[in-house]
Amino acid sequence: MSQIHVKTIINGDASEFLCAADETLLDVLRDRLDLTGSKEGCASGDCGACSVTMDGRLVCACLVLGAEADGTEITTIEGMATGENLHPLQQAFLDHAALQCGICTPGFLVAAKSLLERNPDPTEEETRYWLAGNLCRCTGYDKIVRAVLDAAKIMRETA
Amino acid sequence: MVTVRLWGSLAELVDGKREIEITATNLRELLEGLGEAYPALKPQISRGVSVAIDGRIYNDTWATPINETSEVVLLNRLVGG
Amino acid sequence: MPKDEFTPRTFSVVGTRPLRPDGIDKVTGRARYGADISAPGMLTGMVLRSPHAHARICSIDTSVAAAMPGVKAVITRADFPVHPENNGTADVLDNCMADKKALYDGHAVAAVAASSRRAALDALATIKVVYEVLPHVLDVDEAMKLDAPILHKGRKQEGVPADVSDNVLTRTEYGHGDPEIGFQMADLVIERQFKTAATHQGYIEPHSCLATLGSDGQGDLWVCTQGHYMARNTCAEILGLDSGCLRVTPSEIGGGFGGKTTVFLEPTALLLSQKSGRPVKMTMTREEVFRASGPTASTSIDIKIGMTKDGTITAAKGDYRYQNGAYEAMNGTLGAMTGFAPYDLDHVKTVGWDVVTNRPKAAAYRAPGAPMAAFAVESVIDELAYKLGLDPIEVRLKNAAREGTKSAYGPTYPAIGLEATLKAAKSHPHWSAPLGENQGRGVACGFWFNFGGDTCVSLMVNPDGTVSLSEGNPDIGGSRAAMSMMAAEELGIPMERVRTIIADTAALGQNEVTDGSRVTFAVGLATIKAARHAIQIMVERAAMTWGIDPEAVEWVDGAAQPAGPNAGKHPPMSLAEIAAIASNTGGPISGHFEVNAEGAGVSFGTHIADTEVDPETGAVKIIRYTVFQDAGKAVHPSFVEGQLQGGAVQGIGWALNEEYIYGKDGTLQNAGFLDYRIPVASDLPMIDTAILEIPNPGHPYGVRGVGETGIVPPLAAVANSVSRAAGVRMTSLPMSPPKVLAALKKM
Repeated sequence: MSQIHVKTIINGDASEFLCAADETLLDVLRDRLDLTGSKEGCASGDCGACSVTMDGRLVCACLVLGAEADGTEITTIEGMATGENLHPLQQAFLDHAALQCGICTPGFLVAAKSLLERNPDPTEEETRYWLAGNLCRCTGYDKIVRAVLDAAKIMRETA
Repeated sequence: MVTVRLWGSLAELVDGKREIEITATNLRELLEGLGEAYPALKPQISRGVSVAIDGRIYNDTWATPINETSEVVLLNRLVGG
Repeated sequence: MPKDEFTPRTFSVVGTRPLRPDGIDKVTGRARYGADISAPGMLTGMVLRSPHAHARICSIDTSVAAAMPGVKAVITRADFPVHPENNGTADVLDNCMADKKALYDGHAVAAVAASSRRAALDALATIKVVYEVLPHVLDVDEAMKLDAPILHKGRKQEGVPADVSDNVLTRTEYGHGDPEIGFQMADLVIERQFKTAATHQGYIEPHSCLATLGSDGQGDLWVCTQGHYMARNTCAEILGLDSGCLRVTPSEIGGGFGGKTTVFLEPTALLLSQKSGRPVKMTMTREEVFRASGPTASTSIDIKIGMTKDGTITAAKGDYRYQNGAYEAMNGTLGAMTGFAPYDLDHVKTVGWDVVTNRPKAAAYRAPGAPMAAFAVESVIDELAYKLGLDPIEVRLKNAAREGTKSAYGPTYPAIGLEATLKAAKSHPHWSAPLGENQGRGVACGFWFNFGGDTCVSLMVNPDGTVSLSEGNPDIGGSRAAMSMMAAEELGIPMERVRTIIADTAALGQNEVTDGSRVTFAVGLATIKAARHAIQIMVERAAMTWGIDPEAVEWVDGAAQPAGPNAGKHPPMSLAEIAAIASNTGGPISGHFEVNAEGAGVSFGTHIADTEVDPETGAVKIIRYTVFQDAGKAVHPSFVEGQLQGGAVQGIGWALNEEYIYGKDGTLQNAGFLDYRIPVASDLPMIDTAILEIPNPGHPYGVRGVGETGIVPPLAAVANSVSRAAGVRMTSLPMSPPKVLAALKKM
């Protein structure tokens, strides 16, 4: 089966790759581009550990075909910090101990960033419902929600 | 002599004796002594037991001292997760 | 006599909340988990799994697969060189690769290593397995019947009666007194049957490993695991290797909770690597995780408790029947030991049964066997309290075990924290907060053991005065930070000057698995002792420099100083200063400590849960939840809170939604996160925690293990809450909406 040539922008950098027709964007990110920050928890779009944005839209990379990324802009967890400066959400997760094993953390951070881009002042309930697509088994979500609300506040104050 | 308490189903293997007296000054002597004096206990001992000495749990350390007045209770070998 | 280690002190580092040292890696996606590694020439390994719940394997023909493009190795059980003598290891091997029978839907029967996932999948599809399908059994009570399909013959242990099938591997009885006498003293006796479904730990990271094994028996294994020494020793035993020749490196681990305390893929990956001459990477799909890793037992439990009008328990009996999947395990035994452990009882008898069925091999899930037993016991106590018009916490306080109580499983308790957690619950605002319509409040206690085990720590003082700490326990909750904190506390230096790593198996001696709530206790104890060893050496170096006796030197606030005016006038030498002249004073400075830590104590928790039941749909919402647990000493309070919150939410999922659903053909129907529904953020409120600190005499800082106990009370707390909200006693988990609705309709 011949491979498909894809041109995309990932975390602001031009990126070209070949992929099979049935390869997902997650497979491409992890296995071809060494961007292993997005995780495979289920490969069926149920856990959110592979959350990325595609043209600004929050998606599960395991539900997007690699070929579908052609001509789009993708952002992943690797693009969240700027050099050595963490994004306020990343710092808030550290400050609030909002991670234990950390496997779900990249997905939560990408999803939370997407939330705050749309709604800079979410309520606790809005935050919980937006993040309902991201599974965490370690924390019970308490500290994650606190971190997101705190980061939202900090981002509003420094905007 | 140390008095060792057995759990119910283990006692059934030694004529229902819930408490056994054995000469032992440490964990190794206890486990070996029990097996010698009561061969019916050997299979369970070799599968593994935990021993509660005065309320705290010991598994392997042969030299763990046991006094005559210590409370010694055999338990199934405990596992966690 | 147990050695008392604890000395009271004020802490400067322990008890604070520094940022975790592995934090930046984890929030940037840089941290490397099991599947985040590759090697040159790497092949992909995949497993062929039985589609039948129970079948004889008559033949396996792999010839077509072996000849396919890109396929470099194909193996079946016949390729494994050793039959382990140890029953436990033999079971692990049989679970990794079936021998004569497939024992559950998903049981591995063959494996291939190929140049791509696609090539491996195509090869698997050509493997011809001839099965003779056998009748299967999934339910514990069905499996105990004499006419049940039998998995293994001749594995019944002594003490199992003849009137139950060969699927019953153990029968264990605990207790004292005579419950029949006790029941006669009761004003009210309640007898109930309970059932719980099998659940899975639900870690978000599937099992994954990268294996390299040469024909000379030298190997490397990268694996996400709770115990890389366990992985090394088990793989070595299974493959006939010298364990010292197999070097296992633990990756960061994306959750384990007990489910990664054994091996599933690793021996297969190593063997495929040896046969192909290439590194082999194997990762389970989510479906494989559900079908073929280690869920919990499902249970059938009978409880009978008698109580007087004033709330005294006069007698208690429990029959705990647990199915552990296709192989031996002791969940029923542990259930029988733990269910009544919080109570001071004159007459108690518990019987635990461990039974095999055609399901995947059970693994631990935090406190194995205990949550189900607590559900059953705490439900009956709640029903008794309700019917006698008594406060549920008062009833528990009245019967609570204390120092000096003979426990239901045998030993007499030393100082324990149960009463403290109950009193804290009683005086907490949650207990007296008003409830609305269709809302109910449940309280429950839980008990779990703590463990010690083999532990090695090496503490190196670097020339620049920083400290490197090597330990052997994968970090599943933030323990690296806790070790750095304890080392810093002991040495008297800032925590930022200490870096803790998890060493591979070649760098330290044997370490017990990260389980049993043991790490902060046992590895912490070893860390403190290793630090004291290093201090002793640094004291000697300072003494040598000053020309005085080491006995005349003491260590204060991170520096050596003369112990008194007679020792002479010497300004203190800091750790950094001593480190800088290590080569001049004898060589590099390091402390170490190796121990099989024993004498661990026990752990209690009390939970309060408020729920609201929707009478039209049967859906249950958690309104409020508070956890009370004794941590002895919370080294890093945020991490202890995290353990309590995580355990509570796992228990909430177990109580309300999670279950393994099987079809009539014995195959798993819901092997994915869509239909195996774990709690999500919108299901829950904030989880409040109250950490009590009653020092553990067996640890220098008083630390108790906390990781597991948190999952023991929630099934019961939520069930008691729902029962009160719905007005009907719930006796079957999970309390999913159809079941709640059915119970409401029956009223």
